[in-house]
Amino acid sequence: MLFTFYLFAVIAVASSLGVLICRNPIYSAMSLVCTFFCLGVIYILLNEEFVAVIQILVYAGAILVLFLFVIMLLNITPDGELFRLNIPKVIGIGITIGFLAQIIGLFLSGLQYGPKDIYTVEKLTEEGSIAVIGRLLYGEYVLPFEVVSLLLLVAVIGAVIIGKRRLD
Amino acid sequence: MNILDLLSIPILNISSSGWETITIAQRAADALSGNSIELTIFFLILCILITVSMLAGLGMVLIYAERKIAGHFQCRLGPMRVGWHGTLQAFADVLKLLLKEDLVPARADKLLHLGAPFLSILATVLGLAIIPMSPSIQVIDVNIGVVYVTAITGLGVLGALIAGWSSNNKWSLLGAMRAGAQLISYELSATLGILVIVLFAGSLQLSEIIQSQAEGWWIWRAHIVGIIAFFIFLIASTAELNRTPFDLPEGESELTGGFHTEYSGLRFAFFFLSEFVNMFVASALVVTLFFGGWMPFHIGNWEAFNSIMDLIPPAIWFAGKSAFFIFLLMWFRWTFPRMRIDQLMRLEWKILLPIGFANIFLASLVILTKFHF
Repeated sequence: MLFTFYLFAVIAVASSLGVLICRNPIYSAMSLVCTFFCLGVIYILLNEEFVAVIQILVYAGAILVLFLFVIMLLNITPDGELFRLNIPKVIGIGITIGFLAQIIGLFLSGLQYGPKDIYTVEKLTEEGSIAVIGRLLYGEYVLPFEVVSLLLLVAVIGAVIIGKRRLD
Repeated sequence: MNILDLLSIPILNISSSGWETITIAQRAADALSGNSIELTIFFLILCILITVSMLAGLGMVLIYAERKIAGHFQCRLGPMRVGWHGTLQAFADVLKLLLKEDLVPARADKLLHLGAPFLSILATVLGLAIIPMSPSIQVIDVNIGVVYVTAITGLGVLGALIAGWSSNNKWSLLGAMRAGAQLISYELSATLGILVIVLFAGSLQLSEIIQSQAEGWWIWRAHIVGIIAFFIFLIASTAELNRTPFDLPEGESELTGGFHTEYSGLRFAFFFLSEFVNMFVASALVVTLFFGGWMPFHIGNWEAFNSIMDLIPPAIWFAGKSAFFIFLLMWFRWTFPRMRIDQLMRLEWKILLPIGFANIFLASLVILTKFHF
């Protein structure tokens, strides 16, 4: 089990580095597919098959296909220079370092390992993780869930309006 | 452990008494916990053997069936020369494809061009692994079966997209774009069709969906809602399979060969194989969700009739039902003309999707009011 984890963790890290290093955007996208698969395997090792498959369904199956679409249609040629510093990149690097600091801070401030509250592995396998996720999403966390859905709806409508304006 | 012990294991016992599902992966796990390494290896090899032999065998049989059916639909005989009524024609064709030169276009992206057929076939093999063919013939039974199948069919399009782009040919690229747009759109409707049955069965696991149909198939018990869901799912999965009337990604008259224009020899055969086997996977899914999977056909309380039906092994029931739906898909192909791309998109986004949403709403009402058999 631990061996499987390390194997796929190493592949995941390597392929996410590939996303950054590859000069051809199509290869970057394919590396991202590989990363998603490895993350899926790690979710399965955590007894969360549902999250694993949703990860592959949404990211590898839908979002990555849209990425590929855009890359193929725009016919982006491989970028010559690897590292070019400009203002957006500097801001991006700043945000990334901020997130990293937050994650390290979380680990240092005593993170709670293992199952949370009553949701032990035994309970999840007995009830089925989908049932537990469903009850939590539509029960305890129904308000945040609906807010997120509304946000997505607003984003979709916004995208349609922007797309329409370009056409007219 | 001698060979006789291997033969007496319940895998070869096809009696249909008791609907308890024991998958082959489960048997391998049991054998491993029972400290029997030979049996574990035997079952693991059986897992691989079932998927691989299904892939090769189905490919051959379906290509022969398609050519024969096409022939008879058009009042000709189809292949007749090789073997009895052309039965060996598929073998001859595969032999020819194996011996043909494997061409890669000069300015193509070599690595992706060579890898794309494998991406296609990978999605097909992963889909085959969880098809429940009988209570004892199923490689693995994951508890999220239906979601897994949806995820896997979504992956198949990556192969087509990569194939079209890496060929460095505008027809290929156009075909790939169409394949991608079509699959992403119709996946929504297919999922909405599946969700109705998930609501009725109360489970995502394929074996449990079949077991929930012991008293009657969902196409009958879920009456109106089930029939609408069935039609939505059938249309959407025909579109996902890229078959006529939805075969725009490889529309010969406009795109020469679509995304596989630049492929030859064995790699072309791989695309073809995955298309044909995907047809089986889709039919098997229709059968599993709406027509009781490997359950025999029963009528109410006609005890004598039901017990005669029970005598037929579940694997035969499953094969017969899927064969019917494969025939239906082939019938579509040789009956309907190809659609235009705008008609295709309108059908999905303006007709099928709204019906799908209304249907799922209706289905939840039906379940809440217990207005089903």
